[in-house]
Amino acid sequence: MNPLLVVLFLPLATAVFNRLFGARLGKGAAAGLACASVLVAFAFAADSVLGLAALPAASRQVLVHVYDLLDLASFRVGFDLLLDPLSGMMILVVTGIGFLIHLYAVGYMHEEDAGEYARFFAYVNFFVFSMLTLVLAANFLVIFTGWELVGVSSYLLIGFYRGKTSAADAGKKAFIVNRVGDFGFLMAIFLIWNAFGSLDFSAVLPHAAALSPGMATAVGLLLFMGAAGKSAQGPLHVWLPDAMEGPTPVSALIHAATMVTAGVFLVARCHAIFELSPLALGVVAWTGALTAFLAATVAMVQVDIKRVWAYSTVSQLGYMVLGVGVGAYTAGLFHLLTHAFFKALLFLAAGSVMHALHGELDMRRMGGLWRKMPLTCATMIVGAACLAGVPLTSGFFSKDEILLMALRGPHADFGLWLLGYLGAACTAFYSGRLIFSVFFGKPRDHHAYEHAHESPWVMGLPLVLLAVGSLAVGLLGLPGFLTHWQPFTDWLAPVFADLKAVPEASASRALVLGLMALYTGTVAVLGWIAWRLYTGEAAAHPADGEATSALHRLLWNKYFFDEAYGFVFVRALLGYSRWLWRWVDQGLVDGTVNGVAAAAQAAGDFLRGRVHNGRTRQYAAYLAAGACLLLGLALIYHR
Amino acid sequence: MFGVGFFLALAFALFAVGAFGVLTRRDPLVMFMCIEMMFNSGNLALVALSRYLGLASGHALVFFVVAVAAAEVAVGLGIIIAIFRTEKDVNVDHLSELKG
Repeated sequence: MNPLLVVLFLPLATAVFNRLFGARLGKGAAAGLACASVLVAFAFAADSVLGLAALPAASRQVLVHVYDLLDLASFRVGFDLLLDPLSGMMILVVTGIGFLIHLYAVGYMHEEDAGEYARFFAYVNFFVFSMLTLVLAANFLVIFTGWELVGVSSYLLIGFYRGKTSAADAGKKAFIVNRVGDFGFLMAIFLIWNAFGSLDFSAVLPHAAALSPGMATAVGLLLFMGAAGKSAQGPLHVWLPDAMEGPTPVSALIHAATMVTAGVFLVARCHAIFELSPLALGVVAWTGALTAFLAATVAMVQVDIKRVWAYSTVSQLGYMVLGVGVGAYTAGLFHLLTHAFFKALLFLAAGSVMHALHGELDMRRMGGLWRKMPLTCATMIVGAACLAGVPLTSGFFSKDEILLMALRGPHADFGLWLLGYLGAACTAFYSGRLIFSVFFGKPRDHHAYEHAHESPWVMGLPLVLLAVGSLAVGLLGLPGFLTHWQPFTDWLAPVFADLKAVPEASASRALVLGLMALYTGTVAVLGWIAWRLYTGEAAAHPADGEATSALHRLLWNKYFFDEAYGFVFVRALLGYSRWLWRWVDQGLVDGTVNGVAAAAQAAGDFLRGRVHNGRTRQYAAYLAAGACLLLGLALIYHR
Repeated sequence: MFGVGFFLALAFALFAVGAFGVLTRRDPLVMFMCIEMMFNSGNLALVALSRYLGLASGHALVFFVVAVAAAEVAVGLGIIIAIFRTEKDVNVDHLSELKG
């Protein structure tokens, strides 16, 4: 049996088992089973990827046919899995980081009762299965199936605390906003089927050049609509910050490290189509750049630490989308990889803080926590340094590569670089602001401070491993001028072998070094400003609703996206629904039904009163009239 | 002059008189007699046509009609007497309890 099948179906099996019997097994067995299945899946995934690496670079593609989904005369779609360098990287991220987050959740969720505990692990395992389906798909139907399944798991996990209305609402919001994007994805799949008569990647992507320019643009834009929904790109980003209602491990796994990167993965997977349409690529790049900048500005004023990381995730996803949008697929995917490590780490560390403070998330009531929780503090600083792009961390290398490509790549534009650079500056500021507000300065809430405690080892170990990973993963993609050892680029090279202009820096070493110096200086200056603002006794946090300026109010309210959607879509929809209810449903439909019934009753009353009146002679008269009528008809028609 | 047409015309006249009686009279006994008249107009038509066409079946059928009419009169008169005993009234226009 192919090891990929174990990778894919083992998490599904344990998910089903835990959902059915986990509550009776008890917490330890349910958690052990869930963690073990993901660890075994990781081992098999590593085995598969090593097997793939042993093949010659040009033939690194393994197709596994599981069974026929549809076998019609003119149209065949199988449940086919494709293992190539791109999906190989993704399955390692999903199972590897997924395992660490499972481990963390064992400690984080221990206060739940056995039933909820088993339900949680069943859902998370189901998510791992769904995400693996998505990344291993070998045709558009399977990738769409995985795409929808991760949406369902995300919905289930955001609304995991089902007693909370806000959690239920957030789950619905995520699901509905994603529907908008999925509509585009589905349309793109229909267009692809119409153009190629097949949904297999092998039949579509190598022959994408057969598409007319207009069709390529349409398919590209519709695919990106799906990608923007899943990867929380503006204007479809509104669901992701609310998704933080779910348990923190879920935020780390689904809404930072894996699921939300599916859009970037999709664009990279379908790059052959996007490369045909400069317009589609431009839309991708500008959406990414604007999202990266705007979300970073919003993150600068939020006070809920999970929300800061949520907007940061939107922003970092914007960088990945910017990367793939300027044709620097490898750079975008490298940022996906580094971000998976450091953002999972940041969320888990935020969860550790939240755990220590009994659910407190408001950074205005924290401060000085480094004495109480040194491990969490140290690991979160590592994560934040990667996020901010402190030199020599993984985030520094991956973000620099994207920005360099935005300036000098095959589809470069100075505006894209500028937005990316400003966003990076904001990133440095809000990362510093959060770290300094939470861990340094004086404790602002002494009661909470006194009760704070370091988290248990099952939560600490993943933090340490992720922190080491966050730093180490940067070595896989060092800048080209430092070394010719480029494992990440070389690994993905077969996937992007079809690109004409290999995005190798057309930039001089002086420019690269100058940009690096610029970023380093920016990070240092903004970090210093954040240190000065947020470690003092009177830290510069305005209270709720206290707006220091119009700009602050704009950012505090997240550019009023929710309010605008509420006004334009929700209110209009509610009004329209109310009209449908009052006039169409109650008036037309109910009116028709009730009218038919009333007419039948009136006719019945008439017949009973006037015709069926008990007068024998009248009945006899009807009889005689009927007989005359029949006789008359017989006389007329007897021939 | 007593051809089949004459007998059919007579049967029609008898039937019309009977039907008129059923529709206009309120006394059940008279209505019964009118119904008998309609039966017998039918019998007359049957025997006349049977003779005219040279078939025996019409004659045979008349006996059935006479027998059934006798049975019907026996049941009908019984019902009328029973109603008269309970209601002290046999005006058919007043008898409408079973209309529902």
